[in-house]
Amino acid sequence: MFKRIALTLALASAATLVTSANAADKMKVGFLSTMSGPSGYFGSEARDGFNLLVKMRGGKLGGLPAEVLVADDQFNPDAAKQAAERLVRRERVDIIAGTINANIVLAVHPYLVANETFMVSTIAGPSDLAGDKCSPWFFSVGYQNDNPHEAMGKHLQDKGVKNVLTLVPNFPSGRDAVAGLKRFYKGNVASEIYIKINQPDYAAEIGQIRAAKPEAVFIFLPGAMGINFIKQYQQAGLLKDIPLYGFGFNFEEDIIKAVGDSVVGAYNSLQWSRDLDNPANKAFVQAFEKEYGRPVSAYAALGYDTAALIDAAVQQVNGKVEDKNAFRQAMRAAKFASVRGDFKFNNNHMPIQTFFLRQVVKEGDQIRNKVIGTIFKDHRDSFASACNMK
Amino acid sequence: MSAILIFEQTLNGLQFGLMLFLLAAGLTLVFGIMDMINLAHGSIYMVGAYIAATLIQLTGSFLVAVPLAIIATAAIGMLLEVSLLRQLYARDHMTQVLATFAILLIANELVRMIWGTQPMMLNTPKALSGPVELFPGMSYSSYRLLIIAVGLAVAVLLYFLVAKTRTGMLVRAGASNREMATAMGVNIKLLFTVVFGVGAALCAVAGAMLGPILAVQVGMGESILILAFVVIVIGGIGSIRGALVGSLLVGMVDTIGRAFLPMLFREFLPPQVASNLGPAVASILIYVLMAAVLFWKPQGLFPARG
Repeated sequence: MFKRIALTLALASAATLVTSANAADKMKVGFLSTMSGPSGYFGSEARDGFNLLVKMRGGKLGGLPAEVLVADDQFNPDAAKQAAERLVRRERVDIIAGTINANIVLAVHPYLVANETFMVSTIAGPSDLAGDKCSPWFFSVGYQNDNPHEAMGKHLQDKGVKNVLTLVPNFPSGRDAVAGLKRFYKGNVASEIYIKINQPDYAAEIGQIRAAKPEAVFIFLPGAMGINFIKQYQQAGLLKDIPLYGFGFNFEEDIIKAVGDSVVGAYNSLQWSRDLDNPANKAFVQAFEKEYGRPVSAYAALGYDTAALIDAAVQQVNGKVEDKNAFRQAMRAAKFASVRGDFKFNNNHMPIQTFFLRQVVKEGDQIRNKVIGTIFKDHRDSFASACNMK
Repeated sequence: MSAILIFEQTLNGLQFGLMLFLLAAGLTLVFGIMDMINLAHGSIYMVGAYIAATLIQLTGSFLVAVPLAIIATAAIGMLLEVSLLRQLYARDHMTQVLATFAILLIANELVRMIWGTQPMMLNTPKALSGPVELFPGMSYSSYRLLIIAVGLAVAVLLYFLVAKTRTGMLVRAGASNREMATAMGVNIKLLFTVVFGVGAALCAVAGAMLGPILAVQVGMGESILILAFVVIVIGGIGSIRGALVGSLLVGMVDTIGRAFLPMLFREFLPPQVASNLGPAVASILIYVLMAAVLFWKPQGLFPARG
């Protein structure tokens, strides 16, 4: 324990030293992500993935010495705006990367547009920036937010499931998830349950599920909500009768570690999985687990891809990131080997990518996600046609 | 809507209420007797849950780990009281809120440094991991039945402690008139430390019992602390009986509201409106209850001070 505290202090002082050095001709990245609070896990994983690629490139991005300034958005739009202003005005970063949540992206984006600074979101791709309000300054490496839910809807439809119950928090992303699901799932919706955000106890909802007797339950419950619900659902003895389906992040490493066996058997959709068989992913998984000594997560994979995208774009413009138009074209080209396999940007700067069906399985004493099928090949979001960028 | 569903939801309300009681009992004692607003109460609950989870992983036994976790957390609580919180009793409430909020933030970061950012695994003991059939067609999580049993046992134990023992008498004296109790020669310093230790121990019971159904992670104390404050405001500050009644009221109203209001609205409103309105009204129901209690009984249902 004291070793870890000492290590943290040492790292903190090292970080301060790096910040104070300031030379020309380098790539400065402001990594703005959620580092503290209950969602702090997501940001720290993404940061570790990002830093891993920089390290593998010898501390460089696209041939330029890289400086990564990590800032905490505290999962709070106001704090995120302040942090972004500091990164842009005082630190003069070339690019902001790392955002996890749509509300943070939407809070920070107008300021970055006004200051002509690019933003590469590691995960969130809000629908507001995908359609007619699409932005030349914004890129999402993760997905357009509706996509993974659309994938689950498609899978349930293809599987011939006729009666689904949905359980999501009562906030915009929750409603988007249900809308995304219903865009491709055409069967009956037994009930749409909306819960209060960060609700701890789900007994009332589980009672409703038991009474409604759906064929499948679709969940989108970020963070602790997912852990609480999955544990309680299994304890109520429903998991073996009514299978759970949902968003890949609801069944990632952190959740598996917290709920253990309870989650084995659940189906989920995501654009990445640890066992994807491509050279970039194999190299990444091996390097990550060697470097940090823990199982890799999807957040880290997307952080790594964020760095790989920037790396390729800087390389393509020969380090001349000041030429914003050329840099934008290079970003749009996205000439990097993604850990997901094929990756392209749509005209609205949202990814065109494949979504996989994963299942949580137990192999020996390891509980992991395993790819068991492809749901969408090169999936595009449904907002791109309204975007007038070419 | 079947009778089974109503019965199940009543049981859920009872269980959620007793779970709140474990936290609210400690909070109300500290608030009522020491006149101290302790925002770090939720942090002690978090620490209790983390210690329980760690010990369960180490020993592999729920029965061995939980008592150890309770003792350890009570010790940490008393240490905190002796070293830090004692300085705050004489200050005004604003200072106490600021200082204990600082402790809350420090505790969160300390837990993150020691245990890492990922949530901890804390599962139900094997024997209680599944449901039991109470009567044909009605099965219920056996672990939740255990929570109900523990909650009731703690309530009875606290009642006995407060109403029948000498320490309990001192506690009641301290709650109703602190100055007079001190003047009568009660060793108030020692009493406060003991009460704080009991509060911390109750936090650990709550943390260890709730860990298997909730996420054991940084910040887990904050969301539930708000509910605990609602409970003690409804029940009357400083009163164990008030905490019990308040917990059960909040638990029932919240559960029943969440379960049946959306259904009710769907009967006579268009589905789009109902799906918006139902959860929104259900989530403010307990605050409406609190406002109503404050309107008619500003001291809460069972005020400790006359």
